[in-house]
Amino acid sequence: MAAPASSAVFEPGGHLEAQARWSGWEIAFWLATLLPFLLFPNHLVLASQIAITALFALSLDLILGYAGIVSLGHAAFFGLGAYTAGIMSKHGWTDPFLGLLAGAAVAGIAGYATSFIIARFRHLPLIMITMGLGFLLHEAANSAEWLTGGSDGLQGVRKGKLLGVIAFDLYGYAAYAYALCVLFLVFLAVRRLINSPFGLTLRGIRENPVRMPAIGAPSRAHIRKIYTIAAVVAGIAGAVLTQTTATVSLGVLDFQRSADVLVILVLGGAGRLYGGLIGAVIFLVARDQFSGIAPQYWYFWIGALLVTVVMLLPNGVLGGLAHLTRRWRGAAP
Amino acid sequence: MALGPILGVLFDGFAYGMLLFLLSVGLSVTLGMMNFVNLAHCAFAMLGGYVTVTLSRTFGWPFLATLPMAFLAAAVTSVAFERTLYRRLYRAAELDQVLLTIGLAFMSVAVAAYFFGTVVQPVETPSYLRGSINFLGMTLGRYRLFLVATGLTVALLLVLALEYTRFGATVRAAVDNQRMARGLGINVESWFAVTFALGSGLAGLGGALAIEIVGLDPHFAFTYLVYVLIVVSVGGLGSIGGSFAAAVAIGISDMAGKYYFPALGSFLIYLVMVAVLMWRPTGLFGRR
Repeated sequence: MAAPASSAVFEPGGHLEAQARWSGWEIAFWLATLLPFLLFPNHLVLASQIAITALFALSLDLILGYAGIVSLGHAAFFGLGAYTAGIMSKHGWTDPFLGLLAGAAVAGIAGYATSFIIARFRHLPLIMITMGLGFLLHEAANSAEWLTGGSDGLQGVRKGKLLGVIAFDLYGYAAYAYALCVLFLVFLAVRRLINSPFGLTLRGIRENPVRMPAIGAPSRAHIRKIYTIAAVVAGIAGAVLTQTTATVSLGVLDFQRSADVLVILVLGGAGRLYGGLIGAVIFLVARDQFSGIAPQYWYFWIGALLVTVVMLLPNGVLGGLAHLTRRWRGAAP
Repeated sequence: MALGPILGVLFDGFAYGMLLFLLSVGLSVTLGMMNFVNLAHCAFAMLGGYVTVTLSRTFGWPFLATLPMAFLAAAVTSVAFERTLYRRLYRAAELDQVLLTIGLAFMSVAVAAYFFGTVVQPVETPSYLRGSINFLGMTLGRYRLFLVATGLTVALLLVLALEYTRFGATVRAAVDNQRMARGLGINVESWFAVTFALGSGLAGLGGALAIEIVGLDPHFAFTYLVYVLIVVSVGGLGSIGGSFAAAVAIGISDMAGKYYFPALGSFLIYLVMVAVLMWRPTGLFGRR
C-alpha cells in the first residue's frame, strides 16, 4: 500500500514480495504476545487457550478465507488431533512433540481422505456435507467408548515434559510458552504459503473456481491440497489443547466448536492472516469477562455481535480498520 | 418374530416423520425460492412451542386453541425479521446468510433461557389426546394419531394450494426460474415474504406439536435444526413431495435405529445424509 503501482502492468512477483515484507505492525503484534508473561501472570491459562484457538482459526482461514470453502465441521480435525494426542499419552508416549506430530498426521490423513469429497461440491451441499461429516465423527467418538471414553471423556491423559525436562505448571507458564511457540512457527509456515504463487492461486479459486482451470490452475487439486494442510494445522491445535490441559472430552468435536471458530474468524476478518488471531483474542477475552456475569446469556451477545458484523462490518474488525486507514490516508486510489 | 412391535415402531417413526415434515417444509420452499440459507428456522419453531406453553399454562387456554396462535406468532415474527434483516442479504454470499441466521439462533436460545429458564417445559394435552387405542393388535398412541392426521392434512392442503391456486402457480414459477418470474411481472420478493411467513408459521405449529413428543428447552433451535437441514437437503430444495418423503424416511429410520441399534445413535442418519448428498447434491427430488 505504501508505493502505488507505477506501471500499468500487474506484476505478481513484485506484489507477492511486497506482501511478504514484515511490517512494523506485525513485529509489534508478536512482541505484544509476550506481554501476558509480564502483565497478566494470573491469566496465562486463558492466554494459552487464546493461542490454541487462534491456531484453529488460522487453519479455518486457510480454507474459508483464502480458498472460499465454507465448512461447518472443522472441529472434526481439531478433535482428531486432540484425541490422537490424548490416546498416545494415555498409553505412555507422553513426549509433546511426538503427540503433536501424530495428531497432525492423523488429522492430515483424514483431511486428505475427505478432501476428495470436499473438492467436488460448493454452496449449500458443501455446508451440509461438512456439517454431516462433523456429526458422523462426533457420533463415532461417542459410540467408540473403548477408545475415547465416550461421553465421559478420555480418562488417564498424562502431561508430558517439554524437551523431556520442562513440566507443565499449574499457572500456565509452560503451557502458554509452548502454545505460543507452536502458533508462531505454524504462522510463519502459513504466511510463507499464502505469500507464494500457490496462495495467489487459492485467492483466484475463491473469486472464480470455474475460470481458474482455464488459465492452467486445476481448482480441485489445489482445493485438495489446502484442505489437507488446513486439517493438519487444526490437528496440531487440537493436540496442543490436549497436552496443555490433560483432558479430552467430546466437546472437542462439537458442532458448537465448529460454529465458534467460524464466528471468531469472521469477527476478526476472514481472508487476512491476522483475522483469526485478533478474533480469538476478542472472543475469548470477552467470554472470560462476560461469563463471570451470566454464563447462559453469553450467547446472546455472540449472536448480537454476529448480526452486527454481518450487517455493518462485512470484512470483520481488521477489514473495518483497513477501511478506516484507507479513508484516513485520503488520496489512496 | 411378532409383527406387532415392528409395525408399532413404523407407526411411531411415521408420526415423528410428520413432525419433521411440519418443521422443515417451510425451509425447503424458502430455500428453493430465494436460495436463502435460514439457520434460524427452528428458532421460529421454538417460538411457536413457547407460545403454546405460555398460553396453556399461564392463561389456561385449551391445547388445541393455542395451536393457531403458535402458527400466527411464528409467522408474524418471522416476517418482521425478513423485512428488516433478511431482505438485505438475498444477494449476499451464503456465508453471510449463515452467519446472520446463526447469530439470530444464538440470540433466540439466550432469550428463551432468560424468560423460561433452561428446564424442559411440559405441556398439558387434553384427555382425549392421552393414552392409546388398540387397533389390529397394535397399540397406537392417540397423540401420535393426531400428529399423523395433522401432518397429512397440512401436506394435502399444501399440495392442493401449490398445484391448483394462483398463489401456488406464482410460488412454483418463482422457485423454478426466479428471473423469468420477475420478467413476467411477479413481485418475487413480496411473494417470498408471504411464503416465508407461511413456512415459519408451519414451523411454529410443528414446534408446538413437538413438545409432547420431544419436550421443549432453549436448545430446541439447534437440536432440531440438524434434522430439519437433513430433511431439506435429502428431500431436495423447493419440493414438498421430497420433504414429505425425506421426513418420513428419516423419522422411521431414526426411530428404528434408536429402537434396534441404540449403540449407533444418530450415526445412521448422518451417514445416509452424506451418502445421498454425494450421490445427488441437489437432493433426491431437487430440480437444480
